Amino acid sequence: MLDAIFGRLTWDSIILVQAVEEPNINTLITASAAAMMPVGGVMIVALLTWMKWWKPLFEWLTSVDHKKIGTMYIIFAVIMLFRGVVEGMLMRANQAVGLNGGFLSSDHFNQLFTTHGTNMIFFVAMPFLFGLINIVVPLQIGARDVAFPRLNQISLGLTAAGGFLFMISLMVGEFSTGGWTGYPSFTGRLVNPGVGPDYYILAIAISGIGSTLTGVNFSVTIYKLRTAGMSFMRMPLFTWTALCTSILLIFAMPPLTACCAMLGLDRFLGFHFFTNDMGGNLMNFINLFWMFGHPEVYILVLPAFGVMSEIASTYSGKRLYGYTSIVAATMCIAVLSFTVWLHHFFTMGQSATVNAAFGVATMLIAIPTGVKIYDWLATLWGGRIRFTAPMIYLCGFFVLFTIGGLSGVILASPTLDYQLHNSQFLVAHFHNVIIPGVLFGILAGIHIWFPKIYGFRLMEGLSRITAFLWAIGFILAFMPLYQTGLMGMTRRTVAYEDPALVPWMIVSGVGSLILGLAFLSILVTILVSVLNRKKLMVPFGDPWDGRTLEWWTPAPTPEWNFAVLPKVECRDAFADAKEKGTAYQPIEKYDDIEMPSNTYYGFIIMIMASGLGFGLVWHMWWLAILSLLGAITTAITYAFLPQKHNVIPAAEVREIDEAWRRAAREGRGITRDDEGNQANQGLACPDNIK
Amino acid sequence: MSFSIRKSLHPGLNLGEEHGDDHLEAETSVFGFWVFMMSDLVTFGMFFAVFATTMPLACCPGPKELFDLGSVAWQTGFLLASSLTSGMAILTLKQEHATRSASTKKLIFWLLLTVLLGCGFLYREISDFIAMAAAGGPPTRSGYLSALWSLVGLHGLHVTSGLIWCLVIVAGILVRGVDMRWKLTLLRWAVFWHFLDVVWIAIFSFVFLGGLL
Amino acid sequence: MIDPTTNLAIAESFLQPMGSVAADQLRHLKIVTLLTLIAVVPVMVSMPWILWRYRRSKPSGEYRPKWESNWTLECLMWGVPIVVVALIGVNLTIMTFRLDPYKELGKDPLQVQVIGLDWKWIFIYPDEGVALVDELVVPEGRAVELTLTTDTVMQSLQISAIVGQIYAMPAMTTKLNFLAVKQGESEGMNSQFTGNGFWKQKFQVYSVSKEGYAARMNKAKSSDLALTADTYAILAMQGTSEEAKKPLAIENRQGPIEMVLGDPKIFQRVLARYMVDEMTPESQPGSPFYDPKKSPLPPASDKPMMGMEM
Repeated sequence: MLDAIFGRLTWDSIILVQAVEEPNINTLITASAAAMMPVGGVMIVALLTWMKWWKPLFEWLTSVDHKKIGTMYIIFAVIMLFRGVVEGMLMRANQAVGLNGGFLSSDHFNQLFTTHGTNMIFFVAMPFLFGLINIVVPLQIGARDVAFPRLNQISLGLTAAGGFLFMISLMVGEFSTGGWTGYPSFTGRLVNPGVGPDYYILAIAISGIGSTLTGVNFSVTIYKLRTAGMSFMRMPLFTWTALCTSILLIFAMPPLTACCAMLGLDRFLGFHFFTNDMGGNLMNFINLFWMFGHPEVYILVLPAFGVMSEIASTYSGKRLYGYTSIVAATMCIAVLSFTVWLHHFFTMGQSATVNAAFGVATMLIAIPTGVKIYDWLATLWGGRIRFTAPMIYLCGFFVLFTIGGLSGVILASPTLDYQLHNSQFLVAHFHNVIIPGVLFGILAGIHIWFPKIYGFRLMEGLSRITAFLWAIGFILAFMPLYQTGLMGMTRRTVAYEDPALVPWMIVSGVGSLILGLAFLSILVTILVSVLNRKKLMVPFGDPWDGRTLEWWTPAPTPEWNFAVLPKVECRDAFADAKEKGTAYQPIEKYDDIEMPSNTYYGFIIMIMASGLGFGLVWHMWWLAILSLLGAITTAITYAFLPQKHNVIPAAEVREIDEAWRRAAREGRGITRDDEGNQANQGLACPDNIK
Repeated sequence: MSFSIRKSLHPGLNLGEEHGDDHLEAETSVFGFWVFMMSDLVTFGMFFAVFATTMPLACCPGPKELFDLGSVAWQTGFLLASSLTSGMAILTLKQEHATRSASTKKLIFWLLLTVLLGCGFLYREISDFIAMAAAGGPPTRSGYLSALWSLVGLHGLHVTSGLIWCLVIVAGILVRGVDMRWKLTLLRWAVFWHFLDVVWIAIFSFVFLGGLL
Repeated sequence: MIDPTTNLAIAESFLQPMGSVAADQLRHLKIVTLLTLIAVVPVMVSMPWILWRYRRSKPSGEYRPKWESNWTLECLMWGVPIVVVALIGVNLTIMTFRLDPYKELGKDPLQVQVIGLDWKWIFIYPDEGVALVDELVVPEGRAVELTLTTDTVMQSLQISAIVGQIYAMPAMTTKLNFLAVKQGESEGMNSQFTGNGFWKQKFQVYSVSKEGYAARMNKAKSSDLALTADTYAILAMQGTSEEAKKPLAIENRQGPIEMVLGDPKIFQRVLARYMVDEMTPESQPGSPFYDPKKSPLPPASDKPMMGMEM
């Protein structure tokens, strides 16, 4: 009877119980991490009740506003980043003292590198980028919302459900130990019969479906909802990269879903896709995984490239150099990213012809990537460069990402891969492209667009400190790994026997401490900025002398984004309007605005997907079946419920918009000298108008 | 939308200008669904690819022992016929439902006929699966059979959800009439249904014929 | 164990190459790095200069807010990376074929069969009738061909100082050809994560003179242990080779486990087990429920082995 209800869930599965029964450093670390969730949960409930925030909370959770959904993605990502950074620090600390065995048990360490990788890719980097894309893209193309606002909420719900499964594994049971790539037959049911790989499969498959839907939603948004005159070649670069990322999501997520489904069938029903025996073939998993995994790298890095493009032109006060070139390069990268997946396993023993072909294809990606970097440098040429926090990120990106590119070219060579594959060199390489590439882009993006959504800037000084901390921490933590990799140290190793590695690992450990500080510094920046928000207000909405449509609205941006959808006649339409002095001219005619109203759809789907995943992991079949039926019923019910819209009357829109335009016409814009101080109210006086 | 009706063309089955706003709305909605179908096609592609790698090891039992081509022909017939009837449903929608007051009888007839044919397909497919398992070919028997069952099964799962979807649409039309929402839903469902046909053709020629030849 | 008095030079990785392939790889690494620097150095040099020249606080260059394209520059920007990549690409292709691990590096290479287990390697010398655990001895100057498989999850055998790595996969074989050009000692390892004892899965590699090699083989031939299906099943239990000594009842012996080859077809039988019956948790090495008594090896198959060569 109990088995039918609880499946294979027993009292001992709960981590806190394990810590009481068998207290040691490993169970204590996991237990304190696990305890943070109920404790944090209680604290959040108390805070919500105390501040009477329950109602606003549900306003948010049921909202279909792209800006709120984007914010929720980013909050989710920040929470997960906390976990990821702590895990990274634990691993680095363990390796710093890891000569012949550190303080962590092997099993604990194995879970750490698996969760760290899975977390950082699926629950940090992707939600961060989806958050930015959600917030920025509709504004940049002059739209009021995305093409399918409700679907957008469902995507968020599925991502959150995946995150829930991932986090609950910290409290109940264990996570996979097979690395973020989860290769069978190590994750097969004979070798790993526990719940870990099941958590892994379900967490990434569920959030992966959410990502596919996000890709569909944003590609349609960008194709169909551009405002009048916004032709493809007038789109801001961030939107271009968001389009490429969406297309990649559409084509690259299915292989992940497929290989998770197959591995799941192997594990749950005894199929033989990837088993050792009976004609199963683990190479199929590896191929499918990297058919997703390689484009995934560009799913992450392309939007960050988009942010870099925006930084280069905005913070040097000039047009982007080589717009067409950059667009072409972005598309080249997107297409080529599907042709190189095999370079993740040059050493699998295929023929030299296959290896050489994929090696050369990989090299080809270096061409458009190099072009983009040159283009951004040329953008700075002839500009008036301001060393704001985003510009610091851009400079860090130039230096560090180029080094990552160099090591990438080295790894793209099959012969060298025979030496460097699976080594710390590889670990250094992908952190070297993901931290200075993706993370710098995300953090810079948050700094840039934060005032747009919340109405006040982040403290410039603190943001700069954060940027430097990330850069220095990264250099110390990961540059030594290039050396240890060349010295023959493998990745995923809980301990090592060569004393020559110790100094390098200690430097790396110190670096990880700085990265921890850098994370804290993000929180401090936001907190201090919130406390000082009165001084940082930018009600006019254009704090950085922006060039594209999103700056052409007040800050915080109203729910409907644009009172009247702008017409676009050139690239950098807002910069053009400011130059002509037409930016804040009064508008004759306002119309009623229809916005989709709130819905519980995504929230319910999130609950159902979480229940489905948890039920499957623990073989609680009743829960899985009920959740699945619940999700289907929800979908059918919503098909019958009338779709409601909020209509915002033209008079209300007119009042707000006219007040903003009048104040902007009457106000005196600030020059870039005052960008970082209180005078910056978000009304810009561009350098080229004197 | 600032586009004129004339300029508005979305891919696939469309409603036509006389449907006014409904036609315009279909632009985004149906296009979005096409994009989703592309993604789904890649999923099928992955299952096809894995199936292809297992074909050289298809033995004991293999296609010769397991496939009943007669039944597969029946399934193909059912599915192609259902595609035709679904097409008739969409034509009815396009030609007769520009005004909301038109009778829904004909539309519902075609839809229910489609469901019936779809059920015929599913019945034969499930019987084949049962027969295969009985003949010593359950999916746990070999990598080849795992790939076979999940590829064909994935298609079967799609057909099942297509049928449920169609029944929901019929219910929706009965409850609310043929309004814009159900029109768009019908258009998307039609894309889905034809897509399943295309995938079946690939399965039929690649898996079944290819296995026996 | 090789006689410690021979004083072999120790090589840590391919930075001190002991084999012809590793030496080529090191050279290739240098060439690729230098060629890539052609594209990288301009960024590193021009960035600080541009930042300085066009800093808003005290700019020295002209402000050109509308400058957005220049054909000469555009050609350079695309041209330089294309040329660099073309050069590296040609070099890469040549090297990939030259250092193909399937290519034999001399006539009649010494054949060694390798079985990867949790967390040890068995090296079988079929011609000598000898098997060593976690020790690979090769004569200097003679081509060697390793044929690899694993009887657990996927592994990757790496001998950094001599050749690099190749995956070993269950039910399949891969090959790794190499040639040690000088005498020396190094460490090989598994670089593909395989679970708790993964980090201990190291083995000693010796490149010795012909006489040293013969002496080593003769010593192994006199071992009273034989590699048969039974001893193999014990070796297949999870643990390092040191930990395997206890169940083999040779706890007190120093040095690596050495055996005579009791069953010359053992490698083929390991491959064959995945073609015959469904594995169970008890019969699959690497599973937590593995039981050496319930894990019989089938007879070797007549069918040719499945290789990875495409």
